[in-house]
Amino acid sequence: MSEININMTVNGQKIEASADPRTLLIHFLREDQNLTGPHIGCDTSHCGACTVDMNGMSVKACTVFVGQANGADIVTIEGIAQADGTLHALQEAFRQHHGLQCGFCTPGMITRAYRLLQENPSPTEEEIRYGISGNLCRCTGYQNIVKAIQVAAEELSVKEAAE
Amino acid sequence: MNDQTPISREERIEKLQGLGSSRKRVEDARFTQGAGNYVDDIKLPGMLFGDFVRSPYGHARIKSIKTEAALAVPGVLAVITAEDLKPLNLHYMPTLAGDVQAVLADEKVLFQGQEVAFVVATDRYAAADGVELVEVDYEGLPVINDAFKAMDDNAPLLREDIKDKMEGAHGPRKHHNHIFSWEEGDKKGTEKALADADVVVEELITYQRVHPCPLETCGCVASMDKINGKLTLWGTFQAPHAVRTVASLITNIAEHNIRVISPDIGGGFGNKVGVYPGYICAAVASIVTGKPVKWVEDRIENLSATAFARDYHMTGKIAATKDGKITGLSAHVLADHGAFDACADPTKFPAGFFSIVTGSYDIPVAYCGVDGVYTNKAPGGVAYRCSFRVTEAAYLIERMIDILARKLDMDPAEIRLKNFIKKEQFPYNSALGWEYDSGDYHTAMDKALASVDYNALRAEQEENRAAFDRGETRNLMGIGVAFFTEIVGAGPVKNCDILGLGMFDSCEIRIHPTGSAIARLGTISQGQGHATTFAQIVASEIGIPAEDITLEEGDTDTAPYGLGTYGSRSTPVAGAATAMAGRKIRAKAQMIAAYLLEVHEGDLEWDVDRFQVKGNPEAHKTMKEIAFASYNQAIPGLEPGLEAVSYYDPPNMTYPFGAYIGVVDIDVDTGVVDVRSFYALDDCGTRINPMIIEGQVHGGLTESLAIVMGQDISYDETGNIKGATLMDYFLPTAVETPNWETDFTTTPSPHHPIGAKGVGESPNVGGVPALSNAVHDAFAHKGLTHTQMPHDHWRIWKTAQKLGLTD
Ligand code: FES
Ligand code: FES
Repeated sequence: MSEININMTVNGQKIEASADPRTLLIHFLREDQNLTGPHIGCDTSHCGACTVDMNGMSVKACTVFVGQANGADIVTIEGIAQADGTLHALQEAFRQHHGLQCGFCTPGMITRAYRLLQENPSPTEEEIRYGISGNLCRCTGYQNIVKAIQVAAEELSVKEAAE
Repeated sequence: MNDQTPISREERIEKLQGLGSSRKRVEDARFTQGAGNYVDDIKLPGMLFGDFVRSPYGHARIKSIKTEAALAVPGVLAVITAEDLKPLNLHYMPTLAGDVQAVLADEKVLFQGQEVAFVVATDRYAAADGVELVEVDYEGLPVINDAFKAMDDNAPLLREDIKDKMEGAHGPRKHHNHIFSWEEGDKKGTEKALADADVVVEELITYQRVHPCPLETCGCVASMDKINGKLTLWGTFQAPHAVRTVASLITNIAEHNIRVISPDIGGGFGNKVGVYPGYICAAVASIVTGKPVKWVEDRIENLSATAFARDYHMTGKIAATKDGKITGLSAHVLADHGAFDACADPTKFPAGFFSIVTGSYDIPVAYCGVDGVYTNKAPGGVAYRCSFRVTEAAYLIERMIDILARKLDMDPAEIRLKNFIKKEQFPYNSALGWEYDSGDYHTAMDKALASVDYNALRAEQEENRAAFDRGETRNLMGIGVAFFTEIVGAGPVKNCDILGLGMFDSCEIRIHPTGSAIARLGTISQGQGHATTFAQIVASEIGIPAEDITLEEGDTDTAPYGLGTYGSRSTPVAGAATAMAGRKIRAKAQMIAAYLLEVHEGDLEWDVDRFQVKGNPEAHKTMKEIAFASYNQAIPGLEPGLEAVSYYDPPNMTYPFGAYIGVVDIDVDTGVVDVRSFYALDDCGTRINPMIIEGQVHGGLTESLAIVMGQDISYDETGNIKGATLMDYFLPTAVETPNWETDFTTTPSPHHPIGAKGVGESPNVGGVPALSNAVHDAFAHKGLTHTQMPHDHWRIWKTAQKLGLTD
């Protein structure tokens, strides 16, 4: 099969590559770009482990062909901390509030929450629960994830107000 | 040189972050930044991918396998079938239960999804293309999907490979589809108790087939280094040392030439205890090609082929006096093990610790018997977030007690309080042969009832029922009470082994000259936070802050031998080994301190992080100072260095317990069950890290919710697996999951060095009966005795309809 050219911005860096057109975005990111933060947990777009941010929207990268992401601006978990290594409020809050156990859902979960808090900077508990319902976690029972997102939302809004 | 830092004793304790500290997890930095290293993240030069051709049939004869078209796909290098494995004697592998399992189907397939051929290719897409093009010609055979029909006279023969082997791993087999019979207790005495009783309740209670479904599926990378003759296996292994031993036994590669590494594991819950055909095929493919080979199953493969759990059909009978005192218990189980017996139970316990079925009650006489049968379903039978078959046992007794309460018109809490083993009876010998180490059930139950204001809940329920009857509401309120006793920490080598390997565990600790340390264990974390909690145990034992202790596990080349992490055994067994290794270090440290302080050893006492002269705490040596001295001074009569290893063979199991109360509101017209509140009191003995314990309880309760409200791996009459994707298999999202309220009492284990009992699996054991009892309780006044799980919307609605409650 002939390959197609791919141009995209991933975590702020422009990349050029070629790929078999049927390659899924998740495999392209994980295997060609060595970004193994987003994971694969299912084959039916249910688990959200593969969640990345694409053009300002959360997408399940297992359900996007790499060609569909051509020209896109992509953010993965690897691009969520600041360039100087300072963790994002969400990353800090997940640790402080024990929002993860095995860590397999965590990259997708944080990436989803990262977008959720931009869509809705001060969500209620119910809005958080709906907002992350496309991301499954088998370990935590969500309670501490929800708490971590609430805390991060507060911190981000305090920071925003200060700026 | 004394450490002069003037800090108080409290500050020194605080600094250690030892036992009881809600220390933040050291694992989280990498996980929150996408820097975990799970098996599918491993990428080696020249790595190939393997993928399975799987059976579409539940039971069929394989007439031919044609591989030419697959081999013509660019990138496909090999297609391996049973015929290729036979000369190597690798077409069958031993299971942990003493049976054998086909690595690749040998002449016939026995369940849908069974491994038939292994396609090896340069990348996963080419492998998938190859799989599509392997042509297998099947001839369908009659299917057994109902365990109750497996031993009919005319039942089809499933296992042709062992048809003449009527002596099974656990005694004689009485039918060609029978695996084992196992019994415990006093059968005659129990029959008499039942015959003499004022009341007897009897019920068939099925615990449906479910699947642990960790978010990461199973997989491995096998890499054979032909020059050095070394095979390295990275994989999702809950028991890396056992995998190495099994791999050595079946491949004939010497054990020192096999290195098994468990990298980060994305949840296990029992799914990753077993040895799967994918591991063997990847290893064979690597040996044949000389290249590393990766195999990672997808979700459908995971749900349909690797390690289910439960599938127990349990008939319980309770004998009792008319005022509710239990006088006897009998339980018989028909256990559906699928096509191969691949349970991961200790050898002498083919039904695990099911005989914990007398639960938390002082029952004078009991009997239990289990028959295992083959069916055309996937093999497995693992402990899904529970100790071996304990959750099945807890479900049976806790449902039966409720049924008895209903029959006697007693309150479920009251009947439990009446029958509990009393505090002064511990250590308690159960009628089925266990010695419960410690417990205080009445205190725990009283605390739980008070915390939820049980009487007020019952009063509210009365009002709700009246309002429902008046037509003012369509919701029924249910209150579910469960009190469980677990048995974990397998286990004493005298009666617990897997494949002949005693179920001890181990820890090695080395103190570095500057007073930091590394500890290595035979276990492996799958989210339990071992790197955090085991360092806390070490910290408390040797007085070095947890943050100065590296914890390593999961690499058989460096870690001491251990049986791995499942059945809540890490804390009871490896945690004990850790404490004991720490104590060995402390014993040597005491001799060093005595030398340095020029006093007799007996004149020293341990205090937090130092040895001090009794009555003169100013004269002391901290562990840090002692560590340095051990490396730079010649101390008469002592070897240099400061390290220790401990292999811990537990004298007994540990018996965590808990009281759980859940409240549900059920909409009878839609069958939707809303969990309004759930209170979980756990007693897991000494609490190492309360934050992590709470997290484990939240997670386990959520899994119990999943099991009770929807999980079901079922098969149709032709052997098709229903629900092997996340479209159908229920994993609760954040929306369905309620907030859980946790609480605790602390009854240390008397025989464990730090008194800890293990907790990871308690919430599943107690959560399932509590939630199921709540659903039953909602309908109890309308005449419902028992209905099988899962209590999904459709089934609940059917129940309401049968009771005449729907319009
Ligand atoms: S891998 Fe499950 S949704 Fe993408
Ligand atoms: S932390 Fe394990 S799946 Fe979420």
